[in-house]
Amino acid sequence: SGSVQIASGMSREQLAVQRARRSFQTGRTRPLDFRIQQLRRLQSFIKERQRDIKDALQTDLGKSERASEMYEILVVEAELHLSITRLAEWAAPRPVEKNLFTLLDEVYVKPEPLGVVLIIGPWNYPWSLTLLPLVGAIAAGNAAILKPSEISSNSSKVIEELLPLYLDKDLYQVVEGGVPEAQELLKERFDHIFYTGSTAVGKLVMEAAARHLTPVTLELGGKSPCYIDKNCDVGIACRRIAWAKLINCGQTCIAPDFILCEPSVLNRVVEEIKKSIKEFYADSTKTSDDYGRIINQRQFKRIMGLMEGCTIAFGGDADEAQGYIGPTVLKNVTGESKVMQEEIFGPLLPIITVNGVDEAIQFINEREKPLVLYVFSHDNKLIKKVIAETSSGALVANDCVVHFLDSALPFGGVGHSGMGRYRGRHTFDQLSNLRSCMIKQLRMEGLNSMRYPPHTAKKLSWARRFVLSHLNVQRLRNMVMLAMLASLAAFVVQ
Amino acid sequence: MERQLFQRAKEAFLSGRARPLEFRLQQLHALQRMITEKETEISTALKQDINRSQYDTPLLELIGIENEIKLAIEKLAQWAAPRPVEKNLLTISDEVYIQPEPLGVVLIIGAWNYPWALTLLPLVGAIAAGNAAVVKPSELSECSSLLLRALLPCYLDKDLYPVVMGGVSETQQLLRLRFDHIFYTGGSTVGKQVMEAAARHLTPVTLELGGKSPCYIDKNCDVRMACRRITWGKFVNCGQTCIAPDYILCEPCIQGRVVECIRQTLLEFYGADPKCSPDYGRIINQRHFNRIMSLMDGYTPVVGGQSDSSQCYIAPTVLKDVPPHSRLMQEEIFGPVLPIVTVSDMDDAINFINEREKPLALYIFCSDKKAIKRMIEETTSGGVTVNDVMMHYTLSSLPFGGVGQSGMGCYHGKHTFDQLSHHRACLIRSLNMESVNRARYPPQDRRRAKRARVALKSPLIDTSKRTLVWAVIATILGIGLFITLMVILLIAAGLNCTCWYWRGFYN
Repeated sequence: SGSVQIASGMSREQLAVQRARRSFQTGRTRPLDFRIQQLRRLQSFIKERQRDIKDALQTDLGKSERASEMYEILVVEAELHLSITRLAEWAAPRPVEKNLFTLLDEVYVKPEPLGVVLIIGPWNYPWSLTLLPLVGAIAAGNAAILKPSEISSNSSKVIEELLPLYLDKDLYQVVEGGVPEAQELLKERFDHIFYTGSTAVGKLVMEAAARHLTPVTLELGGKSPCYIDKNCDVGIACRRIAWAKLINCGQTCIAPDFILCEPSVLNRVVEEIKKSIKEFYADSTKTSDDYGRIINQRQFKRIMGLMEGCTIAFGGDADEAQGYIGPTVLKNVTGESKVMQEEIFGPLLPIITVNGVDEAIQFINEREKPLVLYVFSHDNKLIKKVIAETSSGALVANDCVVHFLDSALPFGGVGHSGMGRYRGRHTFDQLSNLRSCMIKQLRMEGLNSMRYPPHTAKKLSWARRFVLSHLNVQRLRNMVMLAMLASLAAFVVQ
Repeated sequence: MERQLFQRAKEAFLSGRARPLEFRLQQLHALQRMITEKETEISTALKQDINRSQYDTPLLELIGIENEIKLAIEKLAQWAAPRPVEKNLLTISDEVYIQPEPLGVVLIIGAWNYPWALTLLPLVGAIAAGNAAVVKPSELSECSSLLLRALLPCYLDKDLYPVVMGGVSETQQLLRLRFDHIFYTGGSTVGKQVMEAAARHLTPVTLELGGKSPCYIDKNCDVRMACRRITWGKFVNCGQTCIAPDYILCEPCIQGRVVECIRQTLLEFYGADPKCSPDYGRIINQRHFNRIMSLMDGYTPVVGGQSDSSQCYIAPTVLKDVPPHSRLMQEEIFGPVLPIVTVSDMDDAINFINEREKPLALYIFCSDKKAIKRMIEETTSGGVTVNDVMMHYTLSSLPFGGVGQSGMGCYHGKHTFDQLSHHRACLIRSLNMESVNRARYPPQDRRRAKRARVALKSPLIDTSKRTLVWAVIATILGIGLFITLMVILLIAAGLNCTCWYWRGFYN
């Protein structure tokens, strides 16, 4: 790609950022047509290179073709389609409510590009969780540096090789590498950093961003609790939980991490989960296409280590050579068990018994705010109680994981599970500068006299009267429209 | 000491008493009472701190605070209510909404230039959002801080909203604690330290910082009126305003006229000797006085230039033909010194602005709509006011905040509420309709994958009440018009309808 070294001694990362910034400053990302053209090229990329993407995912995570399609490709395609159709609406100036002083002025919020955005992707969904922010970055008119995770090395390689063949080479660059490369990148100055990954690294990213006063979006993780009310349809609940847990072999940031239920339903829950797993995979999770693998040895060892101190209700089979861990349900788990000290990110499902929803709420509130909270119950009152007495990034009742698929819902965490949000229009807003604009005229200077010195009590009382009189412009407009409608109706009747 | 107050605030928050809307409204009403009842005390404190005139205090701070409180009280129920979102095929039969929730304990670090507005406006939002708040006013505006510490516990809940006094070391102590949000107003250097401290706890931050806000005067506009407005904005609070027009950019041909108009306006506002005017302020302390005076080193002002160190008085000063690389142009002035830098045309001005850090505000004085639009398009800033200064701050429906070095996050009106809330995505499904879900479960096959694909790619539909109302009205209108059309056509076709005849239509 002919990168000329401007100054010797500049690292590869520095050069990449410089090139992206210079291309951004030419202003070519501003016209909407350019952004839509790039988004369409991204669409072509996904369409034409599906084979490469699926193969990479198969090698990295043992993801089946169907799983790759459902959880990595389709969601990006839908986002691209949404962004292309709605871009004009999102990027248009947004008028705001006026007051008496500004009645004759043009007042609006104008979305603008921020500049160069750094997107650090994770390894569990290396395509969707890296490309979804990229879609928003392109739509908002930014340049972007992508740093895919080196742990999902095949996907990372494919992105690095193929993306430049479709998108603008200077504006959207891929920098491959591990921790040292990421650290080099984080020394540079960006206009926004979008990080998906762990809480520990999230802190380092924010610290690095603070040095340049760069705003950040952190999509982190945590232990997402799942409460099953004893009076609900346990069979269906467990099927949905088992499905969500075993997508990508438990390596999902919004997977139900552990179950909370009353002792009376414990055995039923175990049975139903067992039944669902049999339904999904017949008797052979190991040979089923639809069951994934653990990403690498380190994660494998870590997950296996979490099982100590608990009773295995069923499962527990593993094959280190293949990175295979079978679906495992653990009981006799307490808050102090090893498996409850960190996010599992694997196919282990501990069940903790609590005596009712109040104890469950207390258990949840003693811990960090999770990325998502799951509640299974027929009782609406109970669900509302859980919403009122807990906090989490999101709350889903009677299902798991699907809130990610409605792009109108903002997706993000709170506290240690993250900050900022994205999906659909929210990504666009997050990666834009929403600039307040007030266009006045060089006329009607008389109105301003109450603010100029020399000050008098009379001027002040005028100012107070003006500012504190709330003209509800919206209501006025509604009334006018209603009057017009009424007169039209009268005319028709006449 | 700080830790104790923080713990108490946290425990008070966890008790849940800040959550009910009635409680929040009651606190907001109390705050409103405080502002109205104690106006004299507040004005006196400000006069001692910064020689603020008795009219400027309500004008610049108190009316604004009252306005925000009124708005919050009026709209709280609306702001705190669940917000429905668009649905797709997947979620069509579910309850899907965003629920705003309190974050927890918010740290509000105020500034000394508008010690009441910049501390209480965020506090209004914090209370409205249901949070507890630790308020740390600036030690530089000493009298105001002492007054705030004395007054706040008399009106608001003592545990939920403590005031912490102190300087740098007390602030650092506070920043070690784990807050749920930090709202900081001040300079960029300390802003970085605040964000670094926040990073250790993954605390989100709102930083209202500063910078040099450029002010471009087009040669073809009404220079007289433009200069009047600029003069007001620059010298209010003696230039110590984060959104004051920091410097002027104009073409050499109008520079002389600009200087003259400013001189005339200053005479009108403050008289021949601004030192004697009750409306002209002072610099906050000796250190800032010395800083501003040293910025002027080596330049001969065309207006003003007098100073009196014993009073921390600097006369309204204008400097012309200032070189772009002078010290005066390197840091935010934050004082009553107005440099004029000449540029050859609007393009030159745009380049000048873009070479520098993104400012908190950009001011453009121009009568040509196209040129205004172009300048807005080709630059960036936190906010823009065209043909006036600072006014975008006064409309609470506009989000107020910076970008880049001038800050992150925004506030005012509903935006403060949103900034200090957590927007929790809620999806309430039912345990029925399991058959719809079959497509997603393994074992996966072609047919299932196809159904999943259809559901995932379905468009977003707006099912909110407002859209429904409009849809119904539009349908009724449409049917009404259709019926009218049919009737007219029938009559025109000469249909001999007895009911019309009977009515005497054919008379």
